[in-house]
Amino acid sequence: MIKIYVPRDSAALAVGADAVAKAIAAEAIKNNISVQIIRNSSRGMAWLETFVEVETAQGRVGYGPVTTGDVQRLFAAKFHEGAKHQLSHGLVEQLPYLKNQERLTFARAGLTDPISLSDYRAHGGYDGLEKALKLKGAEIVAEVTASGLRGRGGAGFPTGIKWKTVHDAKADQKYICCNADEGDSGTFADRMVMEGDPFMLIEGMTIAGIAVGATKGYVYIRSEYPHAIATMKEAVEIAQAANWLGNNIQGTEHSFDLEVRRGAGAYICGEETAMLESIEGKRGMVRAKPPIPALQGLFGKPTVINNVLSLAAIPFILAKGGAAYQNFGMGRSRGTLPFQLAGNIKHGGLVEKAFGVTLGQLINDFGGGTFTGQPVRAVQVGGPLGSYLTAQQLDLPMDYETFAANTAMVGHGGVVVFDDSVDMAEQARFAMEFCAIESCGKCTPCRIGSTRGVETIDKIVAGDNRNGNIALLEDLCQTMTDGSLCAMGGLTPMPVLSALKNFPEDFTTPYSVAAE
Amino acid sequence: MGNAVRCGMSTKTTILDFTAKPVDPALAICLRHGNRPDALLEILHDLQHEVGHVPQSSLPTIAKALNLSRAEVHGVVTFYHDFHQKPVGKHVIKICRAEACQSMGARKLQAMAEKFLDVKMGGTTPDGRITLEATYCLGLCASSPAIMVDEQPMARVNVERFKEIVSELAQ
Repeated sequence: MIKIYVPRDSAALAVGADAVAKAIAAEAIKNNISVQIIRNSSRGMAWLETFVEVETAQGRVGYGPVTTGDVQRLFAAKFHEGAKHQLSHGLVEQLPYLKNQERLTFARAGLTDPISLSDYRAHGGYDGLEKALKLKGAEIVAEVTASGLRGRGGAGFPTGIKWKTVHDAKADQKYICCNADEGDSGTFADRMVMEGDPFMLIEGMTIAGIAVGATKGYVYIRSEYPHAIATMKEAVEIAQAANWLGNNIQGTEHSFDLEVRRGAGAYICGEETAMLESIEGKRGMVRAKPPIPALQGLFGKPTVINNVLSLAAIPFILAKGGAAYQNFGMGRSRGTLPFQLAGNIKHGGLVEKAFGVTLGQLINDFGGGTFTGQPVRAVQVGGPLGSYLTAQQLDLPMDYETFAANTAMVGHGGVVVFDDSVDMAEQARFAMEFCAIESCGKCTPCRIGSTRGVETIDKIVAGDNRNGNIALLEDLCQTMTDGSLCAMGGLTPMPVLSALKNFPEDFTTPYSVAAE
Repeated sequence: MGNAVRCGMSTKTTILDFTAKPVDPALAICLRHGNRPDALLEILHDLQHEVGHVPQSSLPTIAKALNLSRAEVHGVVTFYHDFHQKPVGKHVIKICRAEACQSMGARKLQAMAEKFLDVKMGGTTPDGRITLEATYCLGLCASSPAIMVDEQPMARVNVERFKEIVSELAQ
């Protein structure tokens, strides 16, 4: 029986992986070859999807990008025996793209069937929770603090300190909320965790629950991720049936259960307090802080809110120890970050590296430059609220503090590359437009400022009192930065002002494509 | 009075009306979610999945079942981009307008799609077949441009591929 792996990640499904799997099955029947088709997680090499792997005595051999039209020829070339073919990439483990990464969180990516609990266990799954079940809450918190883990959602707040606050709070009920509202363009690592290794997230949340004394958790997943929602729901049911969730987990005194909640297409619900409102069934309106959610969060109870990647890092930290995680990284940015290479890039995908890797290494060494082959002109790091950097800034190391010192942010690790056809005035306008569309409307600088921002950029580009309107735009951005309730209005000036500062020439000519 | 049974007695008439009255599907959906107010988003999703949109007529039903005011339910329906208050086309195509897709020609794709379907973003084709909408990131940023057709994300959608997808929907 030959084992053939066809990924079930959205990035593969979106280019026809289901049809490829069907075609392989049909062709195998036709040729009377016994095969077992396993729908694995993705390796994170998006440009090779659908990336089909065949198990051989030497290891797995990869073929990609495979379309249904290739399947017949692949069988004719004996790909099922690992034979050479123009789509062959040889032994998967030897590919430099994968070999040069430091995959701690994504260690199982591509190896396992996401919803197979036995696969998960065979690859170190639940080792972390087994350790945690023997520890006191405070000891788990101490281990997480020692790891140096900082919130992967973008803000970079130390996870251990957040957990300690909730641990020390006295309440009859506490909650763990996983923020899986991964709305930043250029990011997809959360999606890959949920679709590719859902038990890892469940394990991380369970450990968090035990650490702080919470018995109930919610995973808030954006509705744009239908496959992630389906996989997470399936995995929760499997974990419940196997007593990895529910009452008296694995016969211990600890209980923890999970519920998956769907968002409804509101970017602002990625802001933690708006997310809480949304889980409570309300409009996603941002709450004023204090009180902080760690003390008064979901339904007014102490709540840990962590990003998917923060919680997904926890099983490793517990299994291998905080020090093992802390060994990676630079400065105060410890551990690894799964970077996401996106946009106009030749080899886009997921690159998990220790902090300290430079933007240029990611874009050129891993990414292979732009998709179009044109020079890189601008790079937006950290989502739609992140700064636009220039091609001269590619030597910046990925580190929270270095980026902050350069008025930029690492954020959730998304890297969106633009070639020289980009019109940066158009990008600045879009940042304001997006803020206007997605603002919750609670505070004035964000609600009104964003609309005035669009109008002012239009005037600048049209040459209407250009210098006066540039001064006005800068003033408006200052008001938004200082006066907004949350990061939506507070950080929208980052892409706007960085575009204006780094690419002023684009603001002196009309938009390249007529703006809507 | 469709299937009414008239039981004629000497002095009065008893009418037993077994005609099925339309029951708001929202009622069963709310019940399925335990009439929990925190499940409102899930309820609205399920209702939209079943009916195609969130009808105004269901808002009082939901409000009553969850012990909320009608204004609160209305506020939630109108806050979230996902919920349609009016019927939409048979298929909904969402084009990603976010940065990663922009860098790979999403603006051109959108302009072409609007022209090809002869409908603006947010509108429905006159034959009621396709509603075109914007979305902001489908998490397929390494294989842009991306679109979502009903519940199906699709990547590397260039102009030709978009036309193919539309013609596949016609079949």
